[in-house]
Amino acid sequence: MRRRLVTVLLAVVAAILASTAPAVADDQGGVNVNGQIRQPEEVEGIDITVFKGDEEIGKATTDPAGKWDVELPEPGDYRVVLDQKSVPKEFVVDDPPGHELEVKVREGQQRTVVFRLAPPGEQESEASPSESKDDEASPDDEGDAAGGIDSSTPFSSQVVQATIAGIVFGLIIAVSSIGLSLIFGTTKMINFAHGDMVTFGAMMALMFSTSATFGAMSLVPAALLAVILGGLLGLGLERFVWRPLRKRNVALIQMFIVSIGASLLLRHVLLISFGAQRNKYADFRIQELLTLGPVSISPRNLSIALLAIAVLVAVGLMLQFTRIGKAMRAVADNRDLSESSGIDVDRVTLYVWGMGGALAALGGVFYGLYESVHWQMGFHLLLLMFAGVILGGLGTAYGAMAGGVVIGLVATLSTLWFPAQLMVAFALAIMIIVLLVRPQGIMGRRERVG
Amino acid sequence: MDFLSIFSAALGSAIGPIAAIYALAAIGLNMHFGYTGLLNFGQVGFMLVGAYGVAVSVLTFGLPIWAGFLASIACAIVLALLLGIPTLRLRADYLAICTIGVAEVVRLIYRAPVARDLTGGVYGRQGFADGFDDANPFTDGLDLGIVSFRASDLWVMVWAWGLVGLATLVMWLLMHSPWGRVIKGIREDEEAVRSLGKNVFLYKMQSLVLGGVFGALAGALIGLNQQTVTPDQFMPQVTFYLWAMLLLGGAGRTLGPIIGSMAMWFLLTLFDEILRGLDSIDMLPFFGGPEVGAMRHAIVGLVLVLLIIYRPQGIVGDRKEMLVNVK
Repeated sequence: MRRRLVTVLLAVVAAILASTAPAVADDQGGVNVNGQIRQPEEVEGIDITVFKGDEEIGKATTDPAGKWDVELPEPGDYRVVLDQKSVPKEFVVDDPPGHELEVKVREGQQRTVVFRLAPPGEQESEASPSESKDDEASPDDEGDAAGGIDSSTPFSSQVVQATIAGIVFGLIIAVSSIGLSLIFGTTKMINFAHGDMVTFGAMMALMFSTSATFGAMSLVPAALLAVILGGLLGLGLERFVWRPLRKRNVALIQMFIVSIGASLLLRHVLLISFGAQRNKYADFRIQELLTLGPVSISPRNLSIALLAIAVLVAVGLMLQFTRIGKAMRAVADNRDLSESSGIDVDRVTLYVWGMGGALAALGGVFYGLYESVHWQMGFHLLLLMFAGVILGGLGTAYGAMAGGVVIGLVATLSTLWFPAQLMVAFALAIMIIVLLVRPQGIMGRRERVG
Repeated sequence: MDFLSIFSAALGSAIGPIAAIYALAAIGLNMHFGYTGLLNFGQVGFMLVGAYGVAVSVLTFGLPIWAGFLASIACAIVLALLLGIPTLRLRADYLAICTIGVAEVVRLIYRAPVARDLTGGVYGRQGFADGFDDANPFTDGLDLGIVSFRASDLWVMVWAWGLVGLATLVMWLLMHSPWGRVIKGIREDEEAVRSLGKNVFLYKMQSLVLGGVFGALAGALIGLNQQTVTPDQFMPQVTFYLWAMLLLGGAGRTLGPIIGSMAMWFLLTLFDEILRGLDSIDMLPFFGGPEVGAMRHAIVGLVLVLLIIYRPQGIVGDRKEMLVNVK
């Protein structure tokens, strides 16, 4: 699976390069068809024949790098056939695109034709290359995680299962987005890199729990380490990026752009370090469902939900009763007023970033357990976090919690009637309706807007 | 490592069709951000509806290409209205979140199975550009010694740079008109403009529509250049590329986006080719192959951060014009 994803990506990259890089492709003149068999690996000795009508135009055999090309006399319609007998036994030709392709070659074109091989039995497992490249994470793509939503069960129990899955998902969003909301409250800055801080936590836990360097520890200590590192990342960003920028009086719009730049940087550094494949944590993968009346839930999802609730309650108690918690709420409410009443605003902001980073990392571990760990998981979650935070009221911690749960529920319930790919669309639709009707959110306080 | 070929590849991409297309989209973004102060993080959504405007009207409805361009513009106007009506009255930060979200939702809808009959779903649309190619008056490629272009590239370049020129002229004329002064006034102090009796919402909406149309035209050209459109070409990263280009060139300047796009593509290709060259002789210590592409995105992110910190006005910008505040 991992290799397939990488190779599919490669094919896409190759296709894009072939169509957009004139200086590279056009060094021979004339027209030809060419390609490279490199899926799942570079295969030598595959025969490819080009026909025009029934007339054979040319023949080529792939070289050790899997490359082949056939010169053509003129532009026109050609039929490119891969000889299936020449394919080694370990592979079969993947369909689509199949072993025979019709191509139209234009004047001066170096036409690239993509054939794919696959290990036998796997070739029809994926509907399309782009779907596997970037399928929108949908909770019901794994029956046990979402509690087994499938069409054979009666609709009422589907609703129950989707509700459970939605609550779990919503709690994950809530845990991840508290930091986003509090950071906005204390600094008025939208942290577009928050999603990638989520990915960072998930990836760190994956690294500690699978890499032999760290003794492949079990997930719980790995997650704790990841949360600590996530907190340190937040502290570091505030201390070495945002605070100096604020001291230089950089305007807020510019800060947004910096956070977008930081998110691109962080996301792709993670991609380079850990690869583009989807991973699952080694622990807690397959579990018996616990059934209680109409409700069934895997122990893994139950523990995610209980842990998330515990964390949310703890954060709530901390904000309500401790000195630093009160200070955080005060700064989030009115930065100038709290500064003039003697609160060390810089220190509070630093703590908010640390807490936000740690909670984002924890949310990342939960999300990775719930679905899978992927370099774009945080960005997908970011849009849902925005929806939740705006729904609850930007800048309030309790609003982020409530909004997150509602958004998770709505997104998951929408998959009962609509394709799972569109669940983000429903969450964002809610966000836009809220902005129209009550821009300050459910729990936000009205302020003069616009 | 052949430095001459690396340099010529970089130069070719700086004046090639892709740079022109990105310059056009960045001009639209300059209208939004550089002049009006709107934080549009969803320019790629306009490019997507533009590309599909041509593809769908040619393939599904059998219209000629020019009608496809009109459809693209119409789609962009509709998207701008849908996006603007709920969000333009709000603060800039809400607009930023909404634009990024709407662009992503548009992409998800275009690639959803329900839309497959119209948009081809994840497979996208191919083979709509034949009419465009048939009209190509160039029969041979152009060889300038250092760089050379194929005939099909030349044809796209004529249109793309032509539209860039036209858009630049339109922008220059608009920004030196009373309308442009109101727009810049909104960027500087929205309340002041409102107190003068101007309908700020209406002006912002006009700016959003105009910039969105430029984005849609750029998207249509992407489709014609590549002969194919798929929804996943229009990931949010494209918008961030445009931002990097705009800020590199200088926001709020007529020539900023063009200079930014050319400089950016020159640097990106130079960087790519050098990395690939190092990769091919196994000089890269930590990574190689497909990760070179990811490295490029990371560099764009770094460029954004460093530009804002050290040179927010870009290459040709005016520092005073870039002290934009949140409205």
